[in-house]
Amino acid sequence: MKTYENQGNKDTRSGFGAGLTELGKTNENVVALCADLIGSLKMDDFKNNHPERFFQIGIAEANMIGIAAGLTIGGKIPFTGTFANFSTGRVYDQIRQSVVYSGKNVKICASHAGITLGEDGATHQILEDIGLMKMLPGMTVINTCDYNQTKAATLAIAEHNGPVYLRFGRPKVANFTNEDQTFEIGKAVTLTEGTDVTIVATGHLVWEALKASKVLHEKGISAEVINIHTIKPLDDKAILDSVRKTGCIVTAEEHNYLGGLGESVSRVLAKHLPTPQEYVATNDTFGESGTPAQLMEKYGLNSNAIIKATENVLKRK
Amino acid sequence: MPDTKHLKDLTTQVRRDILRMVHKVNSGHPGGSLGCAEFFVSLYNEIMDTNATFNMDGRDEDIFFLSNGHISPVYYSVLARSGYFSIDELNTFRLLDSRLQGHPTTHEGLPGIRIASGSLGQGMSVALGAAQAKKLNGDNHLVYSLHGDGELQEGQNWEAIMYASAKKVDNLISTIDLNGKQIDGATDDVLPMGSIKNKFEAFGWSVVEIEEGNNIDAILEGMADAKSKTGKRKPVCVLLKTVMGNGIDFMMHTHAWHGKAPNDEQLAIGLAQNPETLGDY
Repeated sequence: MKTYENQGNKDTRSGFGAGLTELGKTNENVVALCADLIGSLKMDDFKNNHPERFFQIGIAEANMIGIAAGLTIGGKIPFTGTFANFSTGRVYDQIRQSVVYSGKNVKICASHAGITLGEDGATHQILEDIGLMKMLPGMTVINTCDYNQTKAATLAIAEHNGPVYLRFGRPKVANFTNEDQTFEIGKAVTLTEGTDVTIVATGHLVWEALKASKVLHEKGISAEVINIHTIKPLDDKAILDSVRKTGCIVTAEEHNYLGGLGESVSRVLAKHLPTPQEYVATNDTFGESGTPAQLMEKYGLNSNAIIKATENVLKRK
Repeated sequence: MPDTKHLKDLTTQVRRDILRMVHKVNSGHPGGSLGCAEFFVSLYNEIMDTNATFNMDGRDEDIFFLSNGHISPVYYSVLARSGYFSIDELNTFRLLDSRLQGHPTTHEGLPGIRIASGSLGQGMSVALGAAQAKKLNGDNHLVYSLHGDGELQEGQNWEAIMYASAKKVDNLISTIDLNGKQIDGATDDVLPMGSIKNKFEAFGWSVVEIEEGNNIDAILEGMADAKSKTGKRKPVCVLLKTVMGNGIDFMMHTHAWHGKAPNDEQLAIGLAQNPETLGDY
């Protein structure tokens, strides 16, 4: 079984910051906007290196999205930065009308997504953003799993012409993907090959899925772990090819089961290959204050939850 | 001096277009459209410096954003009569498969439109972004925008108004159509906003008032004044006092025609008050 080594814990938001720093040097059309969260979004380098291309908007997210849409008229590639909650729900209509319906090349970059934001609690822990963004016709939705992948994704979306929602997080988590990876939007990454169950994970849950697969392996269960970094457009083929082999699937995400990756996978399976599926996701609930690890445990979003879901789905084969 | 006779004739023709467009599909927004006919005609024929061919990026030309997208009839009529697309296409307003959607959009690729609008309060932010892009590109042309007065009740405007002066976006001229009306009645009854002039000035803008917003000479003079105030480290606001429904006597001075089309008889009366000048579409 292929194994992955943690190169050291790092936050995905720093991967975004590193990607943006690089884009500042390599692509003069890239501009960055932030709504009073420069440090949290790791946008300091870009701001310091390219002050003329950096726009501090203040605490005014609706204005930020509109300004970003306007900056594209004149050939700029705007990257907006704030927390996931304020990047989506707060500005849904601005994204819908001024960005996506208007076909503007804006990159909405969202940190502190999901429950691992931690102690700030439910007001800041959005678990509905993937659903909100994937419903917009023409929107690309990406949720990266570690520092290296987030950096690679940040570089890749600058080359993609069209609106993108890039979701990442706050806590330091395992950094295990290749530093020099090429990020292909819409292309799933099969991390381990297996024959008994397919585990499809996104974001912080990908490392948890790898941890679960090790335990399952010791129990004699062969798990195929797929990293779905792009939720829309979804790599239908990778999912179908895998479940044709394994006959059952577990989806894992730091998001409500309604509207998330799991539902997108269900749609593909229902249409092409009905397959037993279990969901590792929040159960239509808000979060609460706590440490990320405590919250992942309480809300069933870790390797233990994936193992349990796998055992359940295997019984349904 | 510009040939205001031609502009007046054009305005009359634009009024006819507006009436005929909304009458044909028995929907649309004639009131605000008629109130801004002189402004649009002046803007596209005398005020703005635009390129002959439409390009989304709008480099090296003045560009315009309509924030109160429901007055699409006047926008479409003036765009067509300025050569952005054929006037025959005005026949397709609000019909299935048309590029002339109920509210303006880039989605169907209609030349002249650079952003979708309709959900109110978003246009000033977009105009600010475009104005800042012009500065980054070393493009000295201006960005114009138009907003309804009722639209100022949307909070995003005030984020944008605060930002524009803080960031000294002085290549933007935002015009407010002060017709004092919104869907449910007079703005002073629905949600009184006090002095809009004082508010913009308090937010650090230069303000130009055009008392006769349906008088082409007054518009040209006021907009020239506004233009002279650009480039002075302050955004510029034009308060354009208009009469909703202007030019059709029974539609004037009321909010009743905000979003209502005339019937056959009303259309005939309205057209009779505005005889054909440059040819109907």
